[in-house]
This record gives sequence, structure tokens and C-alpha cells, in this order.
Amino acid sequence: MYETIENLLANNDIFTLTTVLGYWDGLVMTVQLVFLSLILGLILAVPLAILRASDNVLVSRSVWLFTYVFRGTPLLIQLYIIYYGVTYIEGIQESMFWPIVREAFYPCLLAFVLNTAAYTTEIFRGAIVATPRGEIEAAKAYGMSDAKAMTRIILPSALRRALPAYSNEVIFMLHASSIASIVTIIDLTGAARDVYAKYYAPFEAFTFAALIYLCVTFLLVFGFKQWEKRWHRHLRPLS
Amino acid sequence: MKKTLVAMIGAIALSTTAVEAKDWEVVRLAVDVPYEPFEYKAPDGSLTGFEIDLGNAVCEEMKVKCEWVIQAWDGIIPGLLARKYDAIFSSMSINEERAKKVLFSEAYYNTPTGFFGPQASAVDPAKPDTLKGLRVGVQRGTIQDTYATDNYSKVADIKRYTTGDDLVVDLHGGRLDVVVIDFPVGVSTILEVEKGAEFKVLGDNVQLGEGVGVAARKRDGQLIEMFNKALATVKANGTYDKINDKYFEYSIKK
Repeated sequence: MYETIENLLANNDIFTLTTVLGYWDGLVMTVQLVFLSLILGLILAVPLAILRASDNVLVSRSVWLFTYVFRGTPLLIQLYIIYYGVTYIEGIQESMFWPIVREAFYPCLLAFVLNTAAYTTEIFRGAIVATPRGEIEAAKAYGMSDAKAMTRIILPSALRRALPAYSNEVIFMLHASSIASIVTIIDLTGAARDVYAKYYAPFEAFTFAALIYLCVTFLLVFGFKQWEKRWHRHLRPLS
Repeated sequence: MKKTLVAMIGAIALSTTAVEAKDWEVVRLAVDVPYEPFEYKAPDGSLTGFEIDLGNAVCEEMKVKCEWVIQAWDGIIPGLLARKYDAIFSSMSINEERAKKVLFSEAYYNTPTGFFGPQASAVDPAKPDTLKGLRVGVQRGTIQDTYATDNYSKVADIKRYTTGDDLVVDLHGGRLDVVVIDFPVGVSTILEVEKGAEFKVLGDNVQLGEGVGVAARKRDGQLIEMFNKALATVKANGTYDKINDKYFEYSIKK
């Protein structure tokens, strides 16, 4: 292990300032892409989860279809379909959307958002359905309407309980984002691919990227742990 | 005791010479498919193309049995070093960076690099200023990648693709303004297809690199010698020209 690290550091052919800056740009791109995907996915997922947990079969089933399609197919395939698919839409190149769609970033973001929204919807639905009956009955006893009970009682408690499962989704999303490099986006993996192609040094190039992913994952895990400590205080056993 | 030792040393010496003078019966050749018209799959699934025909002719000349191994381009050198095959016969341009890792034969062909873009394009590759703000597509890790990066990365946005296919799809789909690619490959994949009429060759071709050679592991100098001899023979006896004419209207012999 030490030898590996020593080799990595001593091999200045590869890890020049340009290369390291390339990795930095890649990291910035990865963080941007993942952060935006998660935020937009979250905004979509909350209402979708409420609809998915609804008693109306038609509403619940149509959201289920969406989550089933996006959880049932590989993200890579979804990315290919969206990225290459849009260019086949008749007249797209003349439309006002073309400057946006033309960039690899936005089709990729769309694929990531829909994918993470599908997973997050199911996570939240599970938490909503698992809300203790007593809490809902208490809300009703106070004379709250269904909507008020949802926003005041069910959602706050459900979203808190969904936090550990959601933190997994965040980490999966970070790792899944590495496929963005397939469609020419220079994210962290893309930067590693560039280094690999330039120096024919796959081991060094990808190990360095992996270490950065590890650091980001560590930060995420740590952050969520602090968050859980705060939000799950009421769930901790009394000692 | 002494006798055994001598015998042992003798045996070791013998076995090392045996390794050095390895008799090649089967040579496994790696190709990245598809790379028309050099190597691609015929409708029935069989491998065909200029390099497949040339490779088979060379193997016949070397009196060895050749097996073709399909390998994606970006892993083709690591695959060679990991002994998944014995040589790369896949349009690999000879250059200094690669020569650090592998041993090259003499060049067996050289094709110019071409620039392709939409009919309306006003790009002149010789004048980098005309590429200002445009998207230039290349296949990652190729000599075209190096050329575009060296010449255009200051003014244009270089997009790197894993395969030549993705590159062409994005040019046809309107995402790229210029594609820098091996000229014959560009002609057959960009121009001689359904949407080809909307695209054209931009400016003059350039000659990059020292041509294309067979690559083998550094220790297999003997194999490269065999390739050099066989290549020289097929170039001289007309076999090469026959294969050349089957795929190209011009000679790519080097």
C-alpha cells in the first residue's frame, strides 16, 4: 500500500499541475451534477410520494408506473435514450430548446433527476405509509384536514424517518454519476479517463479518482450522521 | 552433487533459450470493432475489413494460425500487457508515448487525418481562428485527439468520445461542429451514409504520426521480426495491393 502511494507521488510524469487541475475541474463538475440532480429529484419526489401513497388507485398506479420504469432499467440506458434520443426529435435543432439540449450537461441532468426522483419517491412513500396510525388519528382528533395533517404531521415525521435510506440514495447517485463521462462530460471519471488515455496509466488515473470519490463519500456519510443525530433525537433510546 | 548442479544449470539454460526462441503456432490479434473499412462485422457476423484481410495474409506468410480478439480501443494496450492477446492489429498509429509501452513493427499503412463538418460550415482547419467557440469532436486517446488539443483547445471546445461511433452520431445529431478523424473512416461513416449529404470535408487533410504498425509486448521482439518480414513480402508480391484495391480507391501503402 505504502509503495503504491509512494509510486503515485514519485511518478511526476503523470501528476503534474495540469492533471491535478483537470481532476479538480472534474470534481467540481461531479459535485454540480450530483447536487443539482438530488435537489431537483427531491423537489419532484415529495409530491410524487404523496400521490404514490394516495388511496386513489389510478393516481397511485400512474406514479408507480413512472418509478417502475426508472427503477427497472439501468441508468446508463436511460442516459443513452435521453442523450441520443433528443437529437432525433423532428425540428429540435431549429427550436428554442436546442441550445440547452445540445449541451451534454442538460440531457444528462434530466436522466439523473428522473432516476433519483423515482428511487426517492419510493423511499418517501415507504416512510409515509409507515407513519404510526396513532399520529394520524391524533391529528384527526385535533380537527386537522387531510392536507393539514399531511404537511404538519405525516410529512415531517416521514421525511425524518426516511433520512437513513435517503442518505444511501445520495451516495449511490454520487457513484452513478460517473457514467456522465460516457457522453463527453468531463466529470471526475472523465478527468481520469483523459489522464488514462494520455499516459496509458489506468491504475494511477483511476486510483486517484477513486480516492477523491472516497473522500466525498466520507464527507457525505459524516454529514448525514450529524443530521440524523439532530433529527432522530426523539428516536434514540433513553440511556 | 556437482553433477546434479551442472545438470540443473544446463536444464535452466536450455529452458530459457526455449522461451526466447518461442515457436509461434497461434498468434492472437486484437482489433477494435467497428472501425470501417479497416475492421467491421459483415451482416452475417463475421469479421471483415482491410486489416482483417491483411492480417490473415500476413499470418499465412508467417505460417502461423491467427485468432482475432475483439477489444475496445481504450483498453487495448493494457489488454496486450495483460497477455489477453499477443499483438494489436488495429490501426494503431506509431508514436513515442505508445512506444514506451509496446514494441512496434514497421508501418504497414498510413492514412491522412480529415476534418468533417456540416455543409454550411466555414471552418478552415489550417486557420484555428475559424474554429473559435465551436465544438470539436475526437476519439479519446487518438493522435487526432492530441492534434486537436494542441492546435484548437485554446479557441474551441474539445469533446472526447470513447468510440468513433458516438462521435459520428453526435455530428449527425448536430451536437458537434467539427470532427477530426482518420480520413477513410470519416468518409465511410460520416459521408457515405443516409445523412451524409448534409456533411462535407473541411479544408485539407493532414498527415499525422508515423503510420500504423503492429504492436506487441516489448519482450516479443522475435514476433515483431516475423511481422516485419511477412509485411515486407506481402507488400512486394502484390498481395497488399490486391487487398488495398478491394477497400480503397487510393493506395494507403507505407
